[in-house]
Amino acid sequence: MTARIGVVTFPGSLDDRDAQRAVRLAGAEPVALWHRDPDLRQVDAVVLPGGFSYGDYLRAGAISRFSPVMETIIAGAKDGLPVLGICNGFQVLTESHLLPGAMLRNNHLHFVCRDQRLRIENADTAWTNAYEQDQEITVPLKNMDGRYTADERTLDELEAEGRVIARYLDVNPNGSLRDIAGITNEAGNVVGLMPHPEHAVEPLTGPTTEGLGFFASILKRLVDA
Amino acid sequence: MARVVVDVMLKPEILDPQGQAVQRALPRLGFGGISDVRQGKRFELEVEGPVDDAALARIREMAETFLANTVIEDFAVKVES
Repeated sequence: MTARIGVVTFPGSLDDRDAQRAVRLAGAEPVALWHRDPDLRQVDAVVLPGGFSYGDYLRAGAISRFSPVMETIIAGAKDGLPVLGICNGFQVLTESHLLPGAMLRNNHLHFVCRDQRLRIENADTAWTNAYEQDQEITVPLKNMDGRYTADERTLDELEAEGRVIARYLDVNPNGSLRDIAGITNEAGNVVGLMPHPEHAVEPLTGPTTEGLGFFASILKRLVDA
Repeated sequence: MARVVVDVMLKPEILDPQGQAVQRALPRLGFGGISDVRQGKRFELEVEGPVDDAALARIREMAETFLANTVIEDFAVKVES
């Protein structure tokens, strides 16, 4: 039996279908989860997709964080449930305090949409183990609130513990501190990533297929477990 | 009915590019002499019943868990008439 990977749809989610497709292409079974339903339907892992859940009202991710499905996901993540938050999903994870820091408006105040080169700096997490350490990949990036921010102590801690999982190369697209594109929690089961690997899984629609590794990683982790 | 106001501001050490953009536009509009602008949010809460210590404590809890993200923002609660 193959792994079941849940993809949450919030009102305003945009990339839930692409995330489901990426899960399917990686060889797992995507399971649609609904924000108002706390039942995770026995999935082995969860993806929080990109978009503008609740219109980014108040702060990006601030209202989604209190949705019924998040109550279950927060409890599960603390018990080791693998969770990947992409873009808006990353914002939901920082608002949930499953990941440290916060996401702020891009420093240039413009929406950014580009193919972004990244370096995978931690290839041990549940969501990055299919990559080589320091592998460089290019995937789309599109956000308005992508400026990762945390206090100096938290940033030093993240660096010292190898919890910066991906860093922007060439340009810093949004003013993110220390060029941080993605981070993980201490246990390595929760990962937040601002760029969009689910848009780089097929040659027809993506700049590369190098995003597939995030989905291949979780499958590998679940099958090995 | 009493009104309680919650002001939410980015912490001083957090870069506020929106405030900077406003500040930079001021001289062009003929408003000189403003050296810095910080932009925040104001919430006006119409409270049912008395605004006693218990009610204020609940509002502070609301501000801390929801209206503000205390990783990046500070908040202040004040009662208006």
